[in-house]
Amino acid sequence: MINQYEVIETNEMIEKENLDVRTITMGISLLDCRAHEAEELAVQIYDRICKKAEHLVETGEAIAKEYGIPIINKRISVTPVALTAGGACRTKEDYLRIAKALDDAARTTGVNFIGGFSALVSKAMTHADEMLIHAIPEALAQTQRVCASVNAGSTRTGINMDAVRLLGKIVHDTAQATAQNDSIGCAKLVIFCNAPDDNPFMAGAFHGVTEGDSVIHVGVSGPGVVKTALEKVRGESFEVLCETIKKTAFKVTRVGQLVAMEASRRLDVPFGIVDLSLAPTPAIGDSVADILKEIGLEEVGAPGTTAALALLNDHVKKGGIMAGSYVGGLSGAFIPVSEDQGMIAAAKSGALTIEKLEAMTCVCSVGLDMIAIPGDTSPATISGIIADEMAIGMINQKTTAVRLIPVIGKTVGETASFGGLLGEAPVMPVNTYRCDDFVHRTGRIPAPVHSFKN
Amino acid sequence: MKRVIVTVVGKDTVGIIARICTYMAEHHINILDISQTIVSGFFNMMMIVDMAACDTPFEQVSDDLAESGKEIGVIVKCQREEIFDSMHRI
Repeated sequence: MINQYEVIETNEMIEKENLDVRTITMGISLLDCRAHEAEELAVQIYDRICKKAEHLVETGEAIAKEYGIPIINKRISVTPVALTAGGACRTKEDYLRIAKALDDAARTTGVNFIGGFSALVSKAMTHADEMLIHAIPEALAQTQRVCASVNAGSTRTGINMDAVRLLGKIVHDTAQATAQNDSIGCAKLVIFCNAPDDNPFMAGAFHGVTEGDSVIHVGVSGPGVVKTALEKVRGESFEVLCETIKKTAFKVTRVGQLVAMEASRRLDVPFGIVDLSLAPTPAIGDSVADILKEIGLEEVGAPGTTAALALLNDHVKKGGIMAGSYVGGLSGAFIPVSEDQGMIAAAKSGALTIEKLEAMTCVCSVGLDMIAIPGDTSPATISGIIADEMAIGMINQKTTAVRLIPVIGKTVGETASFGGLLGEAPVMPVNTYRCDDFVHRTGRIPAPVHSFKN
Repeated sequence: MKRVIVTVVGKDTVGIIARICTYMAEHHINILDISQTIVSGFFNMMMIVDMAACDTPFEQVSDDLAESGKEIGVIVKCQREEIFDSMHRI
């Protein structure tokens, strides 16, 4: 039988260390939504989402109440829109109509974000893909809850540099379109290499084509819990350090697994995966940077940062994998700058640079995330940064992503403020040497060789 | 069997257990186990109860007990047992 100390431990994690379930995300397939006109398709998509996700939010809230664990977000991901809308959407305006239908469905169902205004173009773009990508800046400016993503490369296909070149401009245009709000539109646009089909975390969530009609994924969090556990093993060996991370990740993930199973049962929707990510928020004590400091760094960005993050990421996975029956998504440690007060402090003090962040993305779960850069950064330079990050993912057979925010009208030394979970970001300097001639080459970077690993 | 863990944390005072147990008796909630301890100066009580025969929805019981606790200055929390089982038992 459960004893009192175990109960106290769990409740202290929840009350003092910000343990929560970060998101219950319902994936909904739109593959069989077919129409000849955009308006007809928009109505079909709206109806499909509202029907499937009718009880999502109330079910999430009921589970939170019964188990006493906060479930922060309830969200929806849908099939990448470019795959389903090609037949009905002939113009950019048609795609905007679909984006608005997604936004309306999110509002009706009560979720705070809906992901899937997306295109999968790792090898090449169809006409539909290209039109959707062109619609992204306006779609993100004219909607509140829609998130967009583009998969522009993979280990199997190489990197679609035509898409990367276009996306540099799209990131820039999205920043312009939302300039009055510190270019917040870019916080809802993720560019991937090796995008997973079952990611529950925004802004990069979409319902992959390998998924069924609908599915429940759950994303857990808990950087504060890991930090507190590590406070008790200061000065101990790596063995003790790693064991502590594993045990803590196990406990955190078990809660996610429980919530996922329960949500799946109550909604009568199959359980997909638990994403065992350490996802920070701007709240004090909910920081991945603080864990790295607890491991022994004066500030994130110091020599040793990449090794500490690698160790953390790997042991979160080792602990979490046994705790969940199906683990997927992006699982690992997230290092978004604006959403983590420890990262913000490191970026402000100059300890952390984009170059160090790029190195960190080689060993963490995602990529260059929520980084504010000067608003006058050229589209070609943005494409260059995207290409670098895609290359890391392609060669290392891992998911990488870019979510950069060129803050229009702001430069190094100033801060962009996004509010809520998106936090605030100091504008970080970007290497000013140019890469235009590289980016302007057409075609794609071929897939890498899978042998001769050095 | 629908096992629920009820925890009470706060400053020790007369009648905490009496008050909570009275509510439980009135609503047909069977108490299986009670333990209490003082952790960092605070009164900590844990009850394992069975709500299978309870005549009131879980949400209502949870709100009522929290409200009742508030009146005497303690925090009362009801949670389904599974969250602790999954975290601490393989």
